[in-house]
Amino acid sequence: MALNKDFIGKVYPASAPYSVGREKVREFASAIGDENPAYHDVAAARALGHGDVIAPPTFAFMISFRASSAAVHDPGLGLDYSRVVHGEQRFAYDRPITAGDDLVCVTTIENIREAAGNDILTTRGDVSTVEGEHIVTTWTTTVARGTAEESS
Amino acid sequence: MTASVAWVDVEVGTELPSLSVDIERVNLVRYAGASGDFNPIHWNQRFAQSVGLPDVIAHGMLTMATAGRVVTDWVGDPGALLEYGVRFTRPVVVPDDDAGATVEISGKVAEKRDDGTVRVDLTATFAGSTVLGKAQAVVRLA
Repeated sequence: MALNKDFIGKVYPASAPYSVGREKVREFASAIGDENPAYHDVAAARALGHGDVIAPPTFAFMISFRASSAAVHDPGLGLDYSRVVHGEQRFAYDRPITAGDDLVCVTTIENIREAAGNDILTTRGDVSTVEGEHIVTTWTTTVARGTAEESS
Repeated sequence: MTASVAWVDVEVGTELPSLSVDIERVNLVRYAGASGDFNPIHWNQRFAQSVGLPDVIAHGMLTMATAGRVVTDWVGDPGALLEYGVRFTRPVVVPDDDAGATVEISGKVAEKRDDGTVRVDLTATFAGSTVLGKAQAVVRLA
């Protein structure tokens, strides 16, 4: 089934706050094999002007991906989640995510299109602190293989 | 933000130090745990093959994170990164052996902007083919 284009522009309520922990940042950085001191050593991060250890750039995806669940599983949208692959990912940062941040994410369905028989969904995640400081915007493009073709 | 590379010292075409990373099964298990992405295509060979993949594949976000290190290692302060985006064009297939999958990443300055930033274009290859498309980062230099 093709995706419902009426959902373009739909905005979902902010996700529950995600508390960025220092040990989670270190665990994530080690999992990607990155020993940059800014991710591990508080003094090193502070020497660079950060308030605490900062998270690797792709850490933001964990937050926006969880928040996008309401959108991608929205029954009216019609996405067959069993057939999706991650097509594209982009981030624009105002500042790095920092240990101690409490972050919420608002998901918007930015675009829906079809190409080569695939349904292609782009969601935007606006990640900000609970105090309202914007931190990072994420764009995730999800491709549902072959689902547009079936409807035509 | 305190990038260790000065804008005046780079030109379009400046090459960043490249990186070669071996991704083994244990790295996928570790990334699954840290990120919470437990999709079985990243750890269960039986499942991966049942959906038409040759073997388990690396998380796209792990490949993206690995490629981004070329930029953040170069500038020193990852907080200097302003934008980063990739397309996932081919999977990185990770065999059940001690060698894993070798991903080679290189980067070069593609555009120098008057606001003190540069755009870096990244190339990530696995088994002779590129695995990321339009992989670009914008960083603020000192």
